[in-house]
Amino acid sequence: MTPDTAVREAEHAQDDPWGRLNPRLFLVNLSVVATPLVTFGATTVLTGGEVNLQVLITCATFLITCLVISGISLMRLITTRYRITEDRVELHKGWLFRSQRSVPVDRIRSVDLTANPLHRIFGLTSLKVSTGDQASSGGGLSLDGLSNRDADALRSRLSELRHARQGLRTADGDTDTTIAELDWAWLRYAPLTLWGVGGVFIAVGSVYRTLHEMKIDPLELGIVKDLEDRFGSVPLWYGILVALLVIVLIGVAGSTATFIEGWGGYRLDRPETGMLRVRRGLLITRSVSIEEQRLRGVEVAEPLLLRWAGGARVKAVASGLGDEDENSSRSRLTPPVPLALARRIAADVLGAEVSPTDEADLAPHPRAALRRRINRALRWVVLIAAPFVGLGLWLTPALVHTGWITALVLLPVCLAFAHDAYRNLGHAVHGPYLVTRAGTFTRRTAAVQRDGIIGWSITRSVFQRKAGLLTLGAATAAGSGVYKVRDVSVSEGLALAEEAVPGLLAPFIERHPARR
Amino acid sequence: MRYESTGDESESFRNQGEAVLDNQELRLRPPRNRVESRAIGWWTLQSSLFALPLPLVFGVLYLTIGPARFVFGPLFLAALVPGLLYMGVMPIWRYRVHRWEMTDEAVYAASGWLWQRWRVVPLSRVQTVDMLRGPLQQMFRLSGITVTSASSSGAVKIKGLDHGTATELVEQLTRSTQAVPGDAT
Repeated sequence: MTPDTAVREAEHAQDDPWGRLNPRLFLVNLSVVATPLVTFGATTVLTGGEVNLQVLITCATFLITCLVISGISLMRLITTRYRITEDRVELHKGWLFRSQRSVPVDRIRSVDLTANPLHRIFGLTSLKVSTGDQASSGGGLSLDGLSNRDADALRSRLSELRHARQGLRTADGDTDTTIAELDWAWLRYAPLTLWGVGGVFIAVGSVYRTLHEMKIDPLELGIVKDLEDRFGSVPLWYGILVALLVIVLIGVAGSTATFIEGWGGYRLDRPETGMLRVRRGLLITRSVSIEEQRLRGVEVAEPLLLRWAGGARVKAVASGLGDEDENSSRSRLTPPVPLALARRIAADVLGAEVSPTDEADLAPHPRAALRRRINRALRWVVLIAAPFVGLGLWLTPALVHTGWITALVLLPVCLAFAHDAYRNLGHAVHGPYLVTRAGTFTRRTAAVQRDGIIGWSITRSVFQRKAGLLTLGAATAAGSGVYKVRDVSVSEGLALAEEAVPGLLAPFIERHPARR
Repeated sequence: MRYESTGDESESFRNQGEAVLDNQELRLRPPRNRVESRAIGWWTLQSSLFALPLPLVFGVLYLTIGPARFVFGPLFLAALVPGLLYMGVMPIWRYRVHRWEMTDEAVYAASGWLWQRWRVVPLSRVQTVDMLRGPLQQMFRLSGITVTSASSSGAVKIKGLDHGTATELVEQLTRSTQAVPGDAT
């Protein structure tokens, strides 16, 4: 196809030639070996040319490991070959352990391109073909190290084939198929994803551990000592306040950086009929394609801070996106965006005028659900305050005071959360969708196609049985697997299930005349 | 606590006055078939494996270390009483809850004790049917069946069936799921 393509051998009696990985992959491997050499060089220079045995051994082990790794990937480069026939993709690889895999074109659910920074330097891309098989990674196949042009050609050839087989048309080149594109104004929402603050703790923890492993106590380092000397005399509360502020600032910087890396160049479009594609990433570019046939709904998620700032994220509820971890990163359709836009995108993705997640008239849940949430809030207050009081009774009255003051401060906060959680509960059947909303720390509104519901799971705790509530779980093959309508009254919940999927639950429902 | 015997629920309905649709209350009826009564024995034995080792250790320590009796005596009781309660209550409670039913369209099963769960999976969505017999279950001539669908939310499990019944059920399930075309998503 292109001169870029490596050796192509024409298989006898076959029109479809075998493709190979790009030879530039060899350079990538070489650069892996370069790391220990550079390290060695740097160490030698730093120590002034004196090479002691320990450094030598360390670098030698490092070098050998890297040689083995690059040897393996070199082997992969030589032995891997692939081809596309009319109805399937075939991949042959391995030398000692030869594996041959063929995936029928009809089974392909998505074709993704990703490129890590090292690959990008050399203009390479990885292509991953996934099938609907959610349970195992055995379903799809991946080609690691194609040239960009080959990968693009392969992807469009696969989509052409699929469309030809399904009798669909590819979108015209002229029409604008973009649903959403990155707007740097969204960067203002980036700090509001709490991820960054947690990330600071993780980073500090891992740095401390690494230093500790190397027998360096970070608290004894000069710079820390210096800080301690300078600020050791300030009051404790001031120190804590400053520390918190620093953590939050680093967290904000971290989340912003994550946003820029993860969502730079973001674009959501329909490259062809019946296919959604998300492209994003600055250093690592990711491209996820979701077949609309596999799309079972959308979820609008509003983490607390983001909700206060009027932002939201949209996720796809789709099957065939891989296991739980893969699903959570690959189902993202948008970064944090303004709520109105999130709604518009959700509607656009589903091909509706207005998204069912906000158009649906959500029914409130019974008051007993509020009681359950208030009880939960009180339990948290007690759990947090009790240790102070307990320790205080044992040690010093000061802690008892801390305890009840904590409880007093926490009480209204927790009660407010409980009320918010209750207000956020809601459910509805809207057109072809079952819509459910819940959560206070992250409010999630999910709309799931009623056709996609493949079973019900009803759970009741002791409290729920006493209060006449149940949690109705709609099992699907898509997304997180089950979408719950929490704490709905028994009668209402069963009626909802029956309305959403008529006939499934009906044989197991008894009707009683209402006793008034 | 079986689902039928919860008259207090309708009490709370009346108080709330919200759960009435077309002047009718909907309730979930329990599945038709109970599991084998031998399952009570199985559950008791199983729970004893969790509940007894700790009090046993404390008991032995109590008997062997004379001077420390004032510590191990209360510890022994503190470990034994909840353990025995668990062993006494859980199996019978479970037996009253655990039920199953298979119709022409669906599998319906109830399980749990404090937290109870009712699951319905239409036969057209069933992907695999497995039968499992652990060593303890074999002692009681019991079998468990796992019916999986394409949802990752977990499978329908029916535990404590007679081995014969289970085999028959698996055959039936396999036959009726084979009759339905499609990839069951």
